[in-house]
Amino acid sequence: MELELIQRAVPVLLKGLWVTAFLAGVAVLVGFNLGLGLALMRLSQNRFLSGFAKYYSMVFRGTPLLVQLFLFYYGLGQLNFIKNNEMFWWVISDGTRCATMALALNTAAYTSEILRGGLMSVPAGLVEAAQASGMSRFLRFRRIQFPLAIRQALPAYGNELVLTVKGTSLASTITVLEITGYAKRLMSQTYAIFEVFAIAGALYLVINLVLITLVRMLEARLMRYQAGSR
Amino acid sequence: MEFGLWQVWEGGWVGAILRGAAITIAVGMAAMLAGLVVGIACGLIKWGRVFPLNYIVDAYTSVVRGVPELLIIYLLFFSSVEFVTRVATAFGYAGLADSGYAFTIAVIAIGAISGAYSTEVVRGALASIPKGHIEAARALGLSGGRIFRRIILPQMLRIAVPGMNNVWQVTIKDTALVSVVGLQELMRAAAIGAGSTRHPFIFYLIAAVVYLMITLVSQAGFDRAERLLKVRSRV
Repeated sequence: MELELIQRAVPVLLKGLWVTAFLAGVAVLVGFNLGLGLALMRLSQNRFLSGFAKYYSMVFRGTPLLVQLFLFYYGLGQLNFIKNNEMFWWVISDGTRCATMALALNTAAYTSEILRGGLMSVPAGLVEAAQASGMSRFLRFRRIQFPLAIRQALPAYGNELVLTVKGTSLASTITVLEITGYAKRLMSQTYAIFEVFAIAGALYLVINLVLITLVRMLEARLMRYQAGSR
Repeated sequence: MEFGLWQVWEGGWVGAILRGAAITIAVGMAAMLAGLVVGIACGLIKWGRVFPLNYIVDAYTSVVRGVPELLIIYLLFFSSVEFVTRVATAFGYAGLADSGYAFTIAVIAIGAISGAYSTEVVRGALASIPKGHIEAARALGLSGGRIFRRIILPQMLRIAVPGMNNVWQVTIKDTALVSVVGLQELMRAAAIGAGSTRHPFIFYLIAAVVYLMITLVSQAGFDRAERLLKVRSRV
């Protein structure tokens, strides 16, 4: 009985694993770039840009992801200009694409706060020195500000990655079959609630463990200039 | 009106949404309180490395913080529904839905999640209390209980306030998840309204605004508490 159940549940949940990985991967990729843009907007002198970034992050961090997801998936389809716009409709009409978008927009808000903290921690003297040696604004950002900021922000960003992976489970509420979606289905089919939970939970723990290990390795690599001195 | 703002008013949905918001706040506060109790107990165990228990606490916090909240809620709801139904039918009682059962399980589920995050905050706060304070209290001959009440607890609570603010924000947002298992809180009220009026946009927008108001007001409250504590600690 036990073994039979495991044989039945594991392949199904592994199928969900790829969907979960896809959702998290695309959301992080898009969300990081959006978050970086928002962090730069927030730090800019332009009051309109920094105000937009501030309120964006306030709204997305102040409401539950589930509300955002339902608002996009069920709500936006009601608006005519979205229904008539082919690109918007393509994103909204499918559960997986819609969940990816909601996750990306959500993680962008948290990422922008993390990166803003990192960018603010870069000593002004370093930026001024780069300026004095004639670096252009873009070069300064690429060679001085960004690498230092990301080094500072990496531990917090690792936490955000774990939160994004956990957030993908909400996609199951809008008909996407990922790990949690399959797990819920298996729970109601087999009534082996705890066993299914244990397998699905273990999959999530493995994903998160791998992510945390990768972030730690990257951190160690970025901090390698300290390795000898300590 | 295309957006259905009129239907929201006309259909008496404002009351339903306000009632939902009250239940959301009630679940959030009860879960936060339960989580605080769990967090202080588990945080002390983790901090003091109480031998067999600290491994259990480690397992609890890493599972809850690494597994999606929704999966934990499904586990607790589905497994308890079976158990509670069996008990209830044994006593010849069938009406479960309106007996506060959903509320209780929601508080337990969200409280368990909130407790894991509180544990880390409490442990961090305990770790930042200078060792010398405790040694000094011991040298003065204070008993263990008094050291905890007079030295450890007041300092820990003050240090833990910013972290607890984060935990509260996470907890109140997590309460939205129990709507998927049927408790009539804010999110569920909005979903019911959206379904029956066919105006999902306005209903979820209202829900989002109410959540935002809850988080912003409590943020302001925590900021104030932090400021007050800072002034007093300067003396």
